[in-house]
Order: sequence, then structure tokens, then C-alpha cells
Amino acid sequence: MTVLLFYVAAAVAIVATLLTITRTNIAHALLYLVVSLLSIAVIFYMIGAPLAGALEVIVYAGAIMVLFVFVIMMLNAGKPTEDQEKAWLAHTSWRGPALLCAILLAEMLTLLTDGISGHVSTHVSAKEVGILLYGPYLLAVELASMLLLAGLIGAYHLGREDNTEELPKS
Amino acid sequence: MNGIPIEHGILLAAILFSLGFVGVLTRRNIIFVLMSLEIMLNAAGLAFVVASARWQHADGQIMFLMILTLAAAEVAVGLSLIIQFYKRFQSLDMDQLSKLGG
Repeated sequence: MTVLLFYVAAAVAIVATLLTITRTNIAHALLYLVVSLLSIAVIFYMIGAPLAGALEVIVYAGAIMVLFVFVIMMLNAGKPTEDQEKAWLAHTSWRGPALLCAILLAEMLTLLTDGISGHVSTHVSAKEVGILLYGPYLLAVELASMLLLAGLIGAYHLGREDNTEELPKS
Repeated sequence: MNGIPIEHGILLAAILFSLGFVGVLTRRNIIFVLMSLEIMLNAAGLAFVVASARWQHADGQIMFLMILTLAAAEVAVGLSLIIQFYKRFQSLDMDQLSKLGG
């Protein structure tokens, strides 16, 4: 049963990714990319990695995709945005992602109603990952924090408004 | 792995990676290129988690966390670069970048 659900989720991931790289509208492609990430989160959950699945939803499909949405909104201010809002209300733009999401929802409901313990077992628990992360991999965590700090400062510096002005002559 | 063969998990990761690679090569809109890079990073993470589940070891998930961190930092810097690029060229066409340089 779980094997069949895995293939369904994998098919959803491949179809959503294929549609992502072939869209011409950025917002539509973003919707399909979110569906692709959600289906990979379902796969993580099914192969016994619930922590990875939760992080995939929270960080990838949540935080990183919201960054993309913000930038797309910043780049399309004005009249084109209004037309785009009208276009979004048309059902053709969200019908495909909604259909793929409904498949994933049906899978999740199937797993929940049939009893989680019967189908999905936690092979690698979050506790195990946490102990490893703050034990042997402590140096990697510190390096990751430095990477994030460098990313934060770099994004702040590059995104400043007065970046193009010349330096005042002393 | 609940009866799921590891070959199929790795195959899925390979297919997703190839799709992202094709996206990087074919699209000229710089936001699409960044999204395709995300797909590729995600496929690499999927391969790590599948291997982690196969050998029931948490190391693969640690690597997935590192990939997640890398993707977050990369997207933050990449998107602010895109904003600067759009401010200067009023376009998202990546071929305009070939006019940079001396």
C-alpha cells in the first residue's frame, strides 16, 4: 500500500517539476514548484524521515517560496500587477496545482485513516538527528550558522536602496 | 523503507535533478534559473534522505539539513542580486549579463 502511494507521490513530484520548468508565468511556475516540494515532503514522511518532511514543508515550501513571492511582487508593481490579480482569480491558473495538491491530500488522508503505525514507521527519529547534530556534527552547525550570517549580511548589502549612488567626495 | 526499493528513490532524485538541470540550461529568465537551482538542490537532498532511510542512519538527514541551510542562504543572496539586476537593466533576461565586464 505504502509502495503504491510512493509511486503516486513520485509521479506528482515529476509532473509538477516538469510543469514548473515549462511555465511562462513566474507565479504559475511557483505554484507548481510548491506542489513539487510538498510531494517530496510526503515521500520523506513515507520512507520514515518525518523531521526531514516537516522541515521541507516549513523551510522550503514555506520560507524560501515566500521569499520568491516577495521578490516577484516587488518586481511587478503597478498596472501589470492589477491585471495579474485579475488573472489569478481565473480558475485556469490554479486548477492544475490544486488538482495535484488534492492527490497529495488524498494520500495523507489514506495514511491517517488506515492508522499511521501500520504503514509508516519512524526509522530515524528526530531525537536521533538532534543528538547527532549537536554531538559529532557540532562544527558543521557552527559553519552553517556562519554561512547564514554571511547570507544575511550579503542580502542586506545587495538589497539596499542607495546602493547605486556614488560615494561622497571627501 | 517500508518496502520501497532504494533504486526507485534514487531514480526519482536523478529525474528531478535532470529536470532542474534542463531548466537551468534552457530558461533565460533569471528567476526561473534560480528556481531550477532549487529543484536541483532539493533532488540532492532527496537522495541523501533516501540513503539515510535505507541504512537507518541519521547522517543523511544531517546532510539534508546542511543542504537546506545552503539553499536558504543561496536564495537570499540570489534574490537580492536579482533585485539589483532588475534595477539596473529593467529586465530579467540573463543574456543581458553578458554585457557586463570591461
